[in-house]
Amino acid sequence: MWQALYEELGPRGFVPITVALDRNADEPRPFVDKAKPSHPSLLDTEHRVAELFNIVNVPTLIWIDERGVIVRPQDNQFGTDTFTQFHGKASAIYLELVRAWVREGKGALTPDEVRKYQQLPSAASQLARAERALAWHLHQAGRSEAAERHFVRAGELAPKDWTIRRGSMPIRGLNPFGPDFFELAKQGGAEFPMDEVTKTRVAPRAKL
Amino acid sequence: MPSDFLLIDDGRAHTLAAEVAGGRVRVSATSLKTALGFELKPEGLCQGETCFPVRDRAALVAGGTLDLAELARITGRPLALDASERAGALGIAVDDRLAALRGLEAPDFTLPDFSGRKHTLSGYRGKKVLLIAYSSW
Repeated sequence: MWQALYEELGPRGFVPITVALDRNADEPRPFVDKAKPSHPSLLDTEHRVAELFNIVNVPTLIWIDERGVIVRPQDNQFGTDTFTQFHGKASAIYLELVRAWVREGKGALTPDEVRKYQQLPSAASQLARAERALAWHLHQAGRSEAAERHFVRAGELAPKDWTIRRGSMPIRGLNPFGPDFFELAKQGGAEFPMDEVTKTRVAPRAKL
Repeated sequence: MPSDFLLIDDGRAHTLAAEVAGGRVRVSATSLKTALGFELKPEGLCQGETCFPVRDRAALVAGGTLDLAELARITGRPLALDASERAGALGIAVDDRLAALRGLEAPDFTLPDFSGRKHTLSGYRGKKVLLIAYSSW
């Protein structure tokens, strides 16, 4: 979808940059091979972008204007309707918002509005990211048992951060689409304050 | 005797010389200066132009080493530590991250694409960027 949007709006000065928060290139590659992106399609095994932009779930979308300023903070939106029965959000509404931004300059928030709707980190969530970074290093060094301690600790510190908790499941030998995920889903993920601004919800959220 | 200790500093791995005893990690001041640029000065614990006041020098400094947990506390940085694995990770101080995010300037980053070519966010200045973080899970 982002490729189609790029082809449509690229000539108007628009570029989507997709960032895969995955442990290696192999896991997101099927998505990339299918999308055949000519826009930047990047891989972030170290969760650099998650750290810098305080990203706590996927997908997270952020608008950055021509000056490099954030004009729409972390928004949990989708390019397709594949999972609409679960999250109830319609991609068409969001894609229209992006089109209006690029074509007419509409939809950018004021600085005060961006600050109001940003998801911000806490001391605990920053420590969780350090624990995750240590766990990921230990895992790569073949120290799986030690890594597990720190993945668990990271999850305890940031219980609603699925970038950490669900994102570490494949590394820990857990299934991010199976019972381990259903248990996590029961506990709930982070709230996105932007939901009340973007308003793309069209159906009641289905029970998992 | 000091031996190798792996410290991840904001995502970058460094090998330092350190003594580990009783769950405490004491890092050689020389290796901290070389790897991370931390230096003890009369005005405090400094990294480049930034200095943090040190109220309890005895807790931080001993015989050419600095206590890692104390360094993290003084600089406000989160520290994940595994003394038995001789490894740790220093994260970003929440105040620094809050200030950066509230400043609204998009933090810059450089990442590879799937053919290994590197892209830098600020290289797309002049365009409207839709940043999309996703994952296979």
